[in-house]
Amino acid sequence: MRAVLLIDFGSTYTKLTAVDVEAEILLGTAAAYTTVETDIGDGLTEARRLLEAQTGPVDYEACYACSSAAGGLRMVTSGLVPELTGEAAKLASLGAGAKVAGVYAFQLTEDDIEDIRAMRPDIFLLVGGTDGGNTECILHNAAMLAKLPPDFPVIVAGNRTAARQCQRLLEGFEVHICPNVMPKFGVLNIEPTQSKIREIFLRRIIQAKGLSRAAELLSDIMMPTPSAVLLAMELLAKGCEGESGIGELLAVDVGGATTDVYSIADGMPQQINTVYKGLPEPYAKRTVEGDIGMRYSAQGIVDAAGLPRLSALSGLSEERLIALTAEIRAHPDMVPEEGGELEQLDFALASCAIEEAVRRHAGTITETYTMMGQTFIQEGKNLTNVGQVVVTGGSLIHTRRTGEIAAHAMYDPAAPASLRPKAAEIRVDRRYILSAMGLLSAHYPQTALRIMKKELAYHGYSE
Amino acid sequence: MEQREKKVIVIGVIGADVHAVGNKILYHAFTEAGFEVVNLGVMVSQEEYIAAAIESDADAIVVSSLYGQGELDCRGLREKCDEAGLKGIPLLVGGNIVIGKQRFEDVEPRFKAMGFDRAFPPGTTPETTIEALRELLHMDGGDA
Ligand code: B12
Repeated sequence: MRAVLLIDFGSTYTKLTAVDVEAEILLGTAAAYTTVETDIGDGLTEARRLLEAQTGPVDYEACYACSSAAGGLRMVTSGLVPELTGEAAKLASLGAGAKVAGVYAFQLTEDDIEDIRAMRPDIFLLVGGTDGGNTECILHNAAMLAKLPPDFPVIVAGNRTAARQCQRLLEGFEVHICPNVMPKFGVLNIEPTQSKIREIFLRRIIQAKGLSRAAELLSDIMMPTPSAVLLAMELLAKGCEGESGIGELLAVDVGGATTDVYSIADGMPQQINTVYKGLPEPYAKRTVEGDIGMRYSAQGIVDAAGLPRLSALSGLSEERLIALTAEIRAHPDMVPEEGGELEQLDFALASCAIEEAVRRHAGTITETYTMMGQTFIQEGKNLTNVGQVVVTGGSLIHTRRTGEIAAHAMYDPAAPASLRPKAAEIRVDRRYILSAMGLLSAHYPQTALRIMKKELAYHGYSE
Repeated sequence: MEQREKKVIVIGVIGADVHAVGNKILYHAFTEAGFEVVNLGVMVSQEEYIAAAIESDADAIVVSSLYGQGELDCRGLREKCDEAGLKGIPLLVGGNIVIGKQRFEDVEPRFKAMGFDRAFPPGTTPETTIEALRELLHMDGGDA
């Protein structure tokens, strides 16, 4: 046996996954509660005890970790035009696994600067202008940021002409210059910025967020949890040398506070009479819905879906829905009893959470009638041909109705403008292994992929 | 700061117009002539021209319209440019900018009144267009 331990430091749980990379099997998984007050090391010790109860004593040859503890990697971005470099900055940050606390466009105002001070970003991403394009905005924003105490690093990834001058304006700050996120109009180049974000995360965030003690035990990898999940999904879709992937996919993680959606798909127009508009989106794309979640953000689901819809799905009266949602928001650790009202509510909430989050993630198509007939305009990714849907999150794992809930990610003939998958196999991550497999993939891609193919249980087919 | 070597122009075919051939020819002709060209292709909305011009700090916007709806599609572009901080950016329009055969002496003033610096009749060659751009952007001879 050659054992590897994978750790996910979450904000409420520390999760462990033990893998035998020789036999390509999971040895066990365990999770222990961590509170903000207790040291992150305590959660780890407790989780290891629970894991050892399953596996017996194991000698680990390596140990890798990811973290979303202490609020995760908090980023604030500023760009020029909201739909262009503003959007590019947001896509870059989300794809690097960050939690985007603020997105600004055009010139930062004094009020914005005060808000940014209060947000206490871990990293600020300053962009704007294509190469050789507008410099005024990014220079203005650099000068505005310079008014803040220099206690966060700034990545400058805008118009290259202005990069050095931004750095001078930001004297005293830790400044990193990266290639422009949008070097030419409509061309995204976000990977260099994303690796810089991960590098800073490694170096600074671990110290800042009380993980340094735990870090001593780690072999080398440390990344934001969403970034690990994105890696796992990319591997699962594309495959690696010696093992094929399962093809283009969509993955949804419905959490208590947020819902994350990942798509690994090209998504460009499929018909010649379709014109693509807007920024081309990355092949591996992540979005986060901060107002869609099963507990803290349950109200956001109610606002998006409406009481009548939730009532129809849950079979509960609107009065009961209002009362119950208030209750779960006050007690986010409530878990449903089998056959109880909360189980019905959770079914409806999870269904609508998936529906709304995937609708926001997927692209849209609109029909215009020109004089020569129908033409279509596509914005965002076309996911109609994506053949795999992976779901995870407590509300989907601990229910027998996973397939029914997951079906809400699919194309809806009543809303044909939303380009969601038309027919897909549905897979469930019952043992919460996605982030662990992302970590493992850095050194053992084949093993990580084979374990995922085995563990992500096929859960039916949906049209 | 580095001086930029080339003049930047944003081009595209406005509105619901799908005539793609002239756009491609203009893209190559302008690039050849030494301009940095941001090509938005066909079916371009006013907002797209403006967003691209802001990011690229463009020196001019060149609008094409071939299908006859140019007058409707171009209305308000100047005002939106002003609003977006692109004050005084040169706007050029050409192609088949109005419906049917109309006297160009009648057409031109209407586009000028809309805030276009120059409007061109059907059949204007790329050479003439480049000439006009050089003049508007005060480029004296040689390369762009
Ligand atoms: C091919 C063609 C089509 C093809 C286009 C295929 C494609 N995706 O490109 C199709 C069949 C789709 C089509 C459809 C239509 N077409 Co058509 N089409 C033509 C045709 C025959 C050739 C266009 C072309 O490619 N020319 C070659 C290129 C190189 O020239 P160009 O486009 O004019 O561009 C040059 C100049 O105009 C100039 N230029 C362009 N922009 C600018 C800008 C500036 C500032 C300057 C200075 C110069 C400039 O430089 C370019 C390069 O040299 C013309 C007739 C013609 N001979 O021009 C009709 C023509 C343009 N079409 C016309 C019409 C009416 C239509 C339709 C409305 C027909 C219909 N009822 O369905 C639809 C509209 C569809 C839509 N939503 O856009 C009319 C427009 C009449 C008008 N303006 O009053 C024309 C003129 C035919 C006619 N005589 O009636 N069309």
